[in-house]
Amino acid sequence: MAKIDALHPWKEVPIGCAILEAGNSRQLKTGDWRSKIRPVTDKEKCIKCGMCWIFCPDMAYSQNTDGYFDWNTYYCKGCGICARECPKKAIQMIAEEE
Amino acid sequence: MPTRKGMEVSIAVSEAVKLANVDVISAYPITPQTHIVEHLSELVADGDLKAAFVPVESEHSALSAAIGAAAVGARAYTATSSQGLALMHELMFIASSIRMPLVMTVTNRAISAPINIWNDLSDIMPQRDCGWVQLFAINGQEAVDLTLHAFRIAEDPRVLLPVVVNLDGFILSHVIEPVEMPDQATVDRFLPVFKPVLRLDPDQPVSLGNFGSPDVFIEVKKQVEEALIGSEKVAAEVWKDFESLFGRTYKPVESYKTKGAETLLVTMGSITETAMTAVDAMREKGQKVGLIHIRLWRPFPFKEFFQAIRGAKVLAVVDRALVTGGVGGPVGLEIKSALFEKKERPYVAEFVAGLGGRDLTVEVFAEMASKAGRYAKAGKEMHYEMIGVREK
Amino acid sequence: MIAEDLKDFKRFTPKTLPKEEPLVFGHRACQGCGEVLALRMVAKAIGSPMIAVSATGCMEIISSPYPQTAWAVPWIHVAFENSAAVASGIEVGLKTLMAKGRIPERKITVVTFAGDGGTADIGLQSLSGAMERGHDFVYVCLDNEAYMNTGIQRSSETPFGAMTTTSPAGKITAGQTTWKKNLPAIMAAHDIPYVATASPAYYLDLMNKAKKAALIQGPAYLHVYSPCPTGWRHGTDLAVEVSRLVVETNIFPLYEVIEGKYVVRKNTRLKPVEEYLKQQRRFSHLTPELIQIIQKRVDAEYEKLLKLEGAKEEKKEEPPTEEGA
Repeated sequence: MAKIDALHPWKEVPIGCAILEAGNSRQLKTGDWRSKIRPVTDKEKCIKCGMCWIFCPDMAYSQNTDGYFDWNTYYCKGCGICARECPKKAIQMIAEEE
Repeated sequence: MPTRKGMEVSIAVSEAVKLANVDVISAYPITPQTHIVEHLSELVADGDLKAAFVPVESEHSALSAAIGAAAVGARAYTATSSQGLALMHELMFIASSIRMPLVMTVTNRAISAPINIWNDLSDIMPQRDCGWVQLFAINGQEAVDLTLHAFRIAEDPRVLLPVVVNLDGFILSHVIEPVEMPDQATVDRFLPVFKPVLRLDPDQPVSLGNFGSPDVFIEVKKQVEEALIGSEKVAAEVWKDFESLFGRTYKPVESYKTKGAETLLVTMGSITETAMTAVDAMREKGQKVGLIHIRLWRPFPFKEFFQAIRGAKVLAVVDRALVTGGVGGPVGLEIKSALFEKKERPYVAEFVAGLGGRDLTVEVFAEMASKAGRYAKAGKEMHYEMIGVREK
Repeated sequence: MIAEDLKDFKRFTPKTLPKEEPLVFGHRACQGCGEVLALRMVAKAIGSPMIAVSATGCMEIISSPYPQTAWAVPWIHVAFENSAAVASGIEVGLKTLMAKGRIPERKITVVTFAGDGGTADIGLQSLSGAMERGHDFVYVCLDNEAYMNTGIQRSSETPFGAMTTTSPAGKITAGQTTWKKNLPAIMAAHDIPYVATASPAYYLDLMNKAKKAALIQGPAYLHVYSPCPTGWRHGTDLAVEVSRLVVETNIFPLYEVIEGKYVVRKNTRLKPVEEYLKQQRRFSHLTPELIQIIQKRVDAEYEKLLKLEGAKEEKKEEPPTEEGA
């Protein structure tokens, strides 16, 4: 996504340094913060309990129509909480290729 | 038909706040502001004023709550003095920089130490830089009128800055003055319902009070500066409208018997009326003395100021606060800076007087005016003088 | 009364968790931040319409770097020590505007998020004032047990023995020398309708408490344990694990104080405090003696808590007596 900059002319900055677009932090690819490890879910083991989803500090999981939880590479910071908390050990932290 | 009646100025100010139909009053008591907030709490308790009265646990919380209320689109008011104002200091900058229009009355009182409940301007002067519109009342009528003006100036979409109305503690707040209270219907025409520009609203969520890196800080300050400077024009419009509705005129700088004056006393606040009496006496004696008083302190009305002092050879600036270790008093400092670039400038004699409530009599004003004239004639270096220091 | 406020309250279950994310991704919290996880859960549980107030601190900084905000709900930050006062102004502002017909009447939950520093130390005064005045809002203390945003300095919520940059493990003193200030007890002493402790590992418990807090008329206080991998020096994947151990060791018991009545969640998996302490390098300097002191005190505090729960029951059965105690 475009580089985030605050280099706005003074007349274009919302007054009071307000931010008028709710939730626009979604433009930042915090996924770039990962140090080359990422979680991967083994669907065979997954019981769709949702622990990975609820315990993710970065909301990097979302439930799809099959009930499994899709991982979001854009935001995941690679903390590993999901892998640790998965009750079925269905998530592994693996080395990430470029 | 509006009638003038004798009212304690604090009560008159609360009645003005009632006329302004405020929504939220947050207040912490401090002498000599107490009568204002006590009367407001009575008005609310009796249902005469439909507002929330929040008896907060400190002045810092008073301004915080007012900011919170303004942020959801409520017309918010608070009042304080001296130590309370000092306690609010960090929030003064925040309120203006996040563009919350609210109104505060400050009943000017000396800042400790020594702890002193009497009048001078040392509480408001350290707040010069905070980005608020700052007005000074010289009598009870002005205290009422300026309070009404304040809401309209603050809420104007071109301004959106908090406004402080100053009135001298005790010597104005606690005296009975003849006041013509405006009627509600006309006030309603003058002061419409608050239409917030920035508002916390679940249907249109915004974030206020964000973290501003070096990339944006300057731009935000530039906005505040431009808004504050631009508020002078808005104030002029508001005053014009007020005049047409209520018949009283207001200007950023007012002149009194300045025609043909060689020496001008420069004052702020209610000492102005005492100084005017001194000017009358001096004029009787044939002395070419006049007076200007500054009503709009921030933004400083440079143009009106230069206009008002035209022709004067000597200014006797009466400061009620000390810029300790600097060049004297804040008003003198401002005036000297303003005049620095001018090819022709009057001699500026600076007097720091009446600190901590030391009485300023008609005689003292005459003394200051005469000293100023003498110093100017002698070509004395323009340093300041502290009036009334007991040497022995 | 609480019973009336909660009459329509339906407990969340794992399958009925709210989908709304009042805080969105892209925020700048550290990898594995337990505090933002706790905030996320509380905000989800409370749900829109809400107005959020933050005190200065980690959560405020990571969520609002101009020009981006992670808040999908209206949000304001003013200063460090006054979030409860700002919330008070918002609450009365909304009430008055609704009473005057200037905005439509509806339930908007005012929620304040502040850290332990902004609550227990510099924020205590404005919090106490807001609670005493009885404003209808939810105050959430996200307790990561130090001033993390400014670089891990101690607060009054830093646990005994913990190393911080201003309570370092030195030759003369080893870590925090005072016991954690009991904020929930202070809040309960204000006679507010609802006080609760919560931990993100027990997410259902936390979210149900947050929901109750929002539904209850009047002030509600949530003290939410929030692990900080950066400041506590534990692995980025351990926030939830540590949040579980802190409860299992009775260091941070989960309880509610509902209209003055203590309701304690019984810990059925008691573990020694050492299991918790050894996970975090902020405790790595602790000697066995110090760990013993901690264990003893934790046990004593837990007993006190159980007594508080039991005390109310016992008192009811005592016959009234004429003599003064």
